[in-house]
Amino acid sequence: MIFFHNIGLYFIMLKKMFYKPTKWSVMRQLIIKDTEDTVVNSLGIISFVSFFIGGVITIQMALNMTGSLYPKYLIGFATREIIILEFAPTIISIIMAGKVGSFITSSIGSMRVTEQIDALEVMGVNSINYLVFPKVIAMLLYPFLISVAMFLGMLGGMAACIYGGYSTVDNFITGIQTEFIPFHMTYAFIKTFVFGLIIATVPSFHGYYMKGGALEVGKASTTSFIWTCVCIIILNYILTQILLG
Amino acid sequence: MIEIKNLQKSFDGIKVLSAISATFERGKTSLVIGESGSGKTVLLKCLLGLHNYDLGEIKFDGINYKNISDKEKMGLKSKIGTVFQGSALFDSMNIEENVMLPLKMFNNYSNDEMLDRVNQVLKRVNLENTNKKMPSEASGGMQKRVAIARAIVNNPKFLFCDEPNSGLDPNTAIIIDNLIKEITDEYKIVTIINSHDMNSVMEIGEKIIFLKEGNKEWEGSKHTIFKTDNESVTNFVYSSNLYKKVREMYIKNS
Repeated sequence: MIFFHNIGLYFIMLKKMFYKPTKWSVMRQLIIKDTEDTVVNSLGIISFVSFFIGGVITIQMALNMTGSLYPKYLIGFATREIIILEFAPTIISIIMAGKVGSFITSSIGSMRVTEQIDALEVMGVNSINYLVFPKVIAMLLYPFLISVAMFLGMLGGMAACIYGGYSTVDNFITGIQTEFIPFHMTYAFIKTFVFGLIIATVPSFHGYYMKGGALEVGKASTTSFIWTCVCIIILNYILTQILLG
Repeated sequence: MIEIKNLQKSFDGIKVLSAISATFERGKTSLVIGESGSGKTVLLKCLLGLHNYDLGEIKFDGINYKNISDKEKMGLKSKIGTVFQGSALFDSMNIEENVMLPLKMFNNYSNDEMLDRVNQVLKRVNLENTNKKMPSEASGGMQKRVAIARAIVNNPKFLFCDEPNSGLDPNTAIIIDNLIKEITDEYKIVTIINSHDMNSVMEIGEKIIFLKEGNKEWEGSKHTIFKTDNESVTNFVYSSNLYKKVREMYIKNS
């Protein structure tokens, strides 16, 4: 019963997010701050992870294509497909659920514990709009982060391929360009957009409706990470079935 | 003036407030006292609109809170200032931004006008030149004063304080009490304070309501509380030997 109650409460929160909007002059500052906290401050870790995982993907592809029947450009081809279709949109989103999601839950949860949310409500501010809406808008820039992850993943793959001596630059670039289907990018960005909304709203929900003290803030962060991952994995399957199935 | 009539509130079938009625007048500091779990904070949260009450009515200057539109509720909330138990300052904002937030939300003043008003209220609570400090850099007493500054920056008609001097040393607690009393007199505000602190009761309790297990057990002032023979009140207020002796002296002298 609690499960269904929480699903209902989540959608009520989404509806309340658009009700009684905060003054634009205040909201603009909140959006800038949340963009910095969620997107800009994640650039470093996302770049680092993408570059090296891209390299690992390439090495593993190369080691699995040792036969003379496999053309060398397939290494670049497989790396591109894995990075665009799954690694950048889905795996990076799970990393973001850990980094950004737990930050969102703990920051909103701490505000709940220290009565800062009550203080907003008493001032006549719609606290859900004030706290959640700017995060959703900030996460509209999430596809930019995923574009960076795609580019650096393939760059890392190319670097590993060349320095590991698995293939040549020409072969790798030919592989990246072979049978490129533009819809795969559309598919990846549709997923990214949906996952961005999940990363902004599910952790906000767990922070906003948490009860208890400091210990519960930690528990709420863990729960929020689990549920954000569950939502991402399920939606990944559903979207893939709808768009590629 | 705030009038409460037969206010009732329960959580999961357990009554927390049972038919509370009271009147709080303008320019007077009214204290709600009682043991932990007596319903003080629930009463305050019902007054603030943070809890929906089950039965009864609350009137702010004759206007029933439940019978007004959302827009009117917003207007009413802009006239309410609140000091929370833990100050509830926004961690991500400095003192100036904390105090300025209610002004930004409800007014169309220019930045300079808002800054003037912020400096004015910070001066009123003796916190000049602390604008750029973060709440984490301020002491408990300073945080309470910032919370008071934020509560009065919009010239409120109603001020609610939930245990404003909890966790403060006796000297700072008295300073905070006197500050609230002075502001109440100066701005002619309806002030309601939840308190455990007997010093506050004796210092600024122009009206005192004693709650016990969700019921209004006693009503009086700092003068009549010495003479009451209500056992619950005397057990609560004069639980320490010091206050017992103070009471004995007061009765002997009068």
